Amino acid sequence: MKILVAVKRVIDYNVQIRVKEDGSGVHTDNVKMSTNPPDDNAVEESVKLKESGKVKEVVAISIGEDKAQETIRKALAVGADKGIHVKADNYIEPLGIAKILKKIVEKEKPDMVFLGKQAIDDDCNQTGQMLAAMLNWPQATFTSKVNLKEKSVEIVREIDEGLETIEVNLPAVVSCDLRLNEPRFASLPNIMKAKKKPMEQINAKDLGVDLTNRIQQIKVEEPPKRKAGIKVANVAELVSKLKNEAKVL
Amino acid sequence: MAREAMEYDVVIVGAGPAGLTTAIKLKQLDPNLSVCILEKGSEVGAHILSGNVFETKALDELIPNWKNENAPIKTKVSKEKFLFLGKKSSLSWPTWLLPAVQKNHKNYIISLANLCRWLAEQAEKLGVEIFPGFPASEVLYNDDGSVKGVATLDMGLDKEGNKKDTYQEGMELHAKVTVFSEGCRGHLGKQLIKKFSLDEGKNPQQYGIGLKEIWEVSEQQHQEGLVMHTAGWPLDSKTYGGSFIYHAENRQIYLGYVIGLDYQNPYLSPFDEFQRFKTHPAIRKMFEGGKRISFGARALIEGGIQSLPKMYMPGALLIGCDAGTLNMPKIKGSHTAMKSGLIAAEAIVENIKNKADLSIYEKKFKNSWAYKELHAARNVKPSFSWGLILGIIFTGIDQILFRGKLPFTLKHKHADHEALKPAKEMPKIEYPKPDGKLTFDKTSSVYLTGTNHTENQPVHLKLKDPELPIKYTLQKYDEPAQRYCPVGVYEVQKEKFVINSQNCIHCKTCDIKEPSQNITWVCPEGGGGPKYGNM
Repeated sequence: MKILVAVKRVIDYNVQIRVKEDGSGVHTDNVKMSTNPPDDNAVEESVKLKESGKVKEVVAISIGEDKAQETIRKALAVGADKGIHVKADNYIEPLGIAKILKKIVEKEKPDMVFLGKQAIDDDCNQTGQMLAAMLNWPQATFTSKVNLKEKSVEIVREIDEGLETIEVNLPAVVSCDLRLNEPRFASLPNIMKAKKKPMEQINAKDLGVDLTNRIQQIKVEEPPKRKAGIKVANVAELVSKLKNEAKVL
Repeated sequence: MAREAMEYDVVIVGAGPAGLTTAIKLKQLDPNLSVCILEKGSEVGAHILSGNVFETKALDELIPNWKNENAPIKTKVSKEKFLFLGKKSSLSWPTWLLPAVQKNHKNYIISLANLCRWLAEQAEKLGVEIFPGFPASEVLYNDDGSVKGVATLDMGLDKEGNKKDTYQEGMELHAKVTVFSEGCRGHLGKQLIKKFSLDEGKNPQQYGIGLKEIWEVSEQQHQEGLVMHTAGWPLDSKTYGGSFIYHAENRQIYLGYVIGLDYQNPYLSPFDEFQRFKTHPAIRKMFEGGKRISFGARALIEGGIQSLPKMYMPGALLIGCDAGTLNMPKIKGSHTAMKSGLIAAEAIVENIKNKADLSIYEKKFKNSWAYKELHAARNVKPSFSWGLILGIIFTGIDQILFRGKLPFTLKHKHADHEALKPAKEMPKIEYPKPDGKLTFDKTSSVYLTGTNHTENQPVHLKLKDPELPIKYTLQKYDEPAQRYCPVGVYEVQKEKFVINSQNCIHCKTCDIKEPSQNITWVCPEGGGGPKYGNM
């Protein structure tokens, strides 16, 4: 069995995001970049399945500028076997990403595609679903537990009411939640070995898919600053303020 | 069972300017040498913080064509100012009356973090292996007592030190020569200085704490290339310190404050002095309406050659500020740190190829321009122990008339942690409340550093005696850790001493200033700590 796992390079979750003054986007120069956290979970789960013997090969893919290769190398360092870097210098919407992934799936013929449920930069939560639809494959989203069987995969997913267990036939698209597992650390020797693992490079333009963005971004701005709170002396004052000032009662 | 081990010719601890310079020079001298660098930050540059007005002398020697290699050294110093601040007044000191060491017209305003990122690229091109996120946590020794290498930290331990699912044993890195370039108060360097008595016969090391903010200001407030320093208010004349204000590219100003950690009043808070400093009328107008975009702090070396330890030992070298090569009156250390790295590389090659003794490193360093300038600078910092006015007068005579050639050397008498006076003898200091626009509290500041440590891991700020903070330090000094820590790691809550180690920005001030030396800073899990951008 073979897994294709998609990883995205995003601004590290600890970094405080700075919006550009002209509202055209956010600053990324000299900002620490990392793997999108739920993608780390997707890689970890793929590698675990490989270690269990159920999966033979894990292929990590990232789409983006040259530095996306660092993100792929990290996946290789924790156990993926091969990398694919689809080079694209401009922002591509989830629809375009799904189209690219479909092309790669047709070529690599994996039994499952693993990816994070969403990316922490644009929070779209669309790529997995779109890819499944285009491939006409079953999809399992927000996965917090994976039980791989011979021709299907049993998935526990987090929904508003609690946990839902579903079983989907293979091949399938699985989008991963942060609770799925705790990603391991890459060890020094494995980081060095990862440098020698194969990495295929493909130009997004050469895949023959329409990557035109459908959404026009008008403006990026910071959320409004929260006003300082006040302390009230007693319940009566609180009620009076809620009623007369906040006008919520 | 023995840990896994890897063999290198040279292992370097810390990817700062000194360590990276050593690595590059080693590969230039002999491309066949295997060289690796361990770095505790999540990436190169993440733990680098400096002014920085950069003197290119050492870089010119290392990479002469750096200008054509797109080095992030672009903003030439175009104008200089020096202000003495009174409470409301300010006096501009004519620059021609400044000692030559404080003139910067040939220098550049840079982000040292970005320079390190660039140096790391140059090093990797030459085949140096750099491992960010891997702190060296332990020195390894051979049977004959010489340094064998270092071990990386075990990862994936919980608070009590039990193994989590993600547990990964640290590994050993063995080297012919191990180079320690952890920066000021490196936690392994500190152990080596003690073990090999490298500071025998030297004065106690002197430190400062440097705080820095980056501001984005309007075009009218910005003057690219302007370098400005101040002395005086808000510090009293017994406290050594001052500010720097550097106008960098992109309408940014690098603003910072340095305070000698030999200050006496336990009520002093370096962070709050820095905030208060910005409210001076001469300073306020430079930042009003602007936006603070970064914050950070780091301890620095101030001891000079009187406190410079022996820089070599069997199997290992101390370079840069892990030894203490900063030039205090020049307010610069990057060029001397890099020079020590250059010389270290030359010495290592001679050691590996011709079995030359590692002591040639120190001999070569003492014959270098870097040591000469440190020698000329040696009397400035100790003269300020007489107070600001006498310090300035003496420095004028020493630096302008005699150019550092007076035939005597002043001593540093005390270590910084011995300098505090009991709280009851010193006045309390009331700091103004932050306004959230020009001045800030510690919480919103640490937020800007991007600092994080995995929550469930052993506390990396160790107390030798856990009872001491409440039983002794609180009584005698009103527990100054609450104030000297620039990000509020230490709190006293209802007679309990609380350590919020996840906020630690690795500045090392607690390890230096704790009056009983009760706090020891050790490495947290790799990748933890601040994530500085262009600091």
